[in-house]
Amino acid sequence: MNGLTRGSAAIVGAAESDIGAVAANMSPLDLMAQGVHRALADCGLKLRDVDGIFCATTQARTSAMSLCEYLHLPAAYTDSTIVGGSSFEVHVAHAQAALAAGLCTVAVIAYGSTQRTVGRRQASAREYNPYETPFRPFLPATAYALAASRHMHEFGTTREQLAEVAVAAREWALLNPAAWEKQPLTIAEVLSARPISHPFTVRDCCLITDGGGAIVMMAAARARSLAKPPVYVLGCGQAITHASISSMPNLTSTGARESGATAYRMAQMRETDIDVLALYDAFTINTILFLEDLGFCPKGEGGRFVGDGRIGPKGSLPVNTNGGGLSYCHPGMYGLFLLIEAVRQLRGECGARQVAQAETALVHGNGGVLSAQATVILGTRATL
Amino acid sequence: MANTAASPLGVYLEHLAKGELAYQFSPDANAAVFYPRVVCPFTGGDNLQWRVSKGMGTVHATTVVTPVKGDPYNVALIDVDEGFRMMSRVEDIPPLDVRIGMRVRFRVHAADGEEPAYPVFTPAEAAA
Repeated sequence: MNGLTRGSAAIVGAAESDIGAVAANMSPLDLMAQGVHRALADCGLKLRDVDGIFCATTQARTSAMSLCEYLHLPAAYTDSTIVGGSSFEVHVAHAQAALAAGLCTVAVIAYGSTQRTVGRRQASAREYNPYETPFRPFLPATAYALAASRHMHEFGTTREQLAEVAVAAREWALLNPAAWEKQPLTIAEVLSARPISHPFTVRDCCLITDGGGAIVMMAAARARSLAKPPVYVLGCGQAITHASISSMPNLTSTGARESGATAYRMAQMRETDIDVLALYDAFTINTILFLEDLGFCPKGEGGRFVGDGRIGPKGSLPVNTNGGGLSYCHPGMYGLFLLIEAVRQLRGECGARQVAQAETALVHGNGGVLSAQATVILGTRATL
Repeated sequence: MANTAASPLGVYLEHLAKGELAYQFSPDANAAVFYPRVVCPFTGGDNLQWRVSKGMGTVHATTVVTPVKGDPYNVALIDVDEGFRMMSRVEDIPPLDVRIGMRVRFRVHAADGEEPAYPVFTPAEAAA
């Protein structure tokens, strides 16, 4: 139960800012504002129509305040909830609630990061944790590697199966002109790449890029008159099980079980109703865990499930069609890009990577170290 | 009400300085609590007792970090026998030889300058 009504709000505009490697001295706020500008242009609204600001970045402590200043929106309703990469899936639920309550009428959800330009240490300084920092975990990779070690131990998941996730992402990325990676990738190349935190090599880990963007949300009743077909919010759910990996209740079972169940219940759908998936692939183990926890295969079967290219462009289940955090773009908190790609798939805007007859999309955000899980189910008008 | 005399971390570090691995126990929940807190996450109450672990545990998960500079090193999650999990590392064997399920024993990594003492583990039995 989350108190939200299926289909009461819609995403009407979506756009990336500059991504990849942005111009010198571009700020996270520049990228947020550029995303807002482009997302408003996408749906034909004006900046002065906006009265709700939802945003997050690791590079501005009071990002909503900064964005209100930047855009001269002093009366906007604001929410800068930050739970890591899934912040933007959480913002969708918060914006849906705010729109339903009349707190705002046009909400933008924005993100910006220059982590590639300024360096990870500068963009996202690690907090000292007296119970973890002395052991020098290379976070976040080490946390996900610990979960992967446990998944391999309990279920026999193999190094090659993890690599299949990276290869599928790369194959999708080669169909996306905006993707960072432009060259094919093989399983052997994943395995022989530079080791990071065992069993992961650098090819099991998300990219480090700059980037940002925005989406625009409105109440469903007001959404139909705009430039593009609305994409309706059918379901939302979230679960925060821990903050640090040593406190994760079960390393092979994530809060996606709860967030997914809540979202499915609200959407009155199940996994077999989903046409396109966008799963936060910070590391190769993520995709496997989320396919299991969101019901696409039984617990422990995720490694075998992704074999033989099943989630790649020639496979039966389209996952991360933009190339994902592994091969398209990953500026630190990737969740907004999952939503942008899902919107584009449901509008039929994806060109060579378009999934035929895509009517429903499941977006799953992940924040922290498998900590903050947030699921959003989106659909076209036909699904209302 | 007077302020609390010692923080949870402060008490934990005092024990470590004496060579002890301390944790909390919630009698109302009949469960170990780690990391140390001022409020029990199981009951919401503040009735938490300090106990000292016997120092035996089992490797629950393990990885080896390969830094850009320096030697690879182990990072592990240890299930301590008294019923709590913590991050640490297993020493005295090559980091890739650390195995899930391996029995390990606590020892103190001594304080070094600004850095306080912290708990590490070693294999409890000679390698088979």
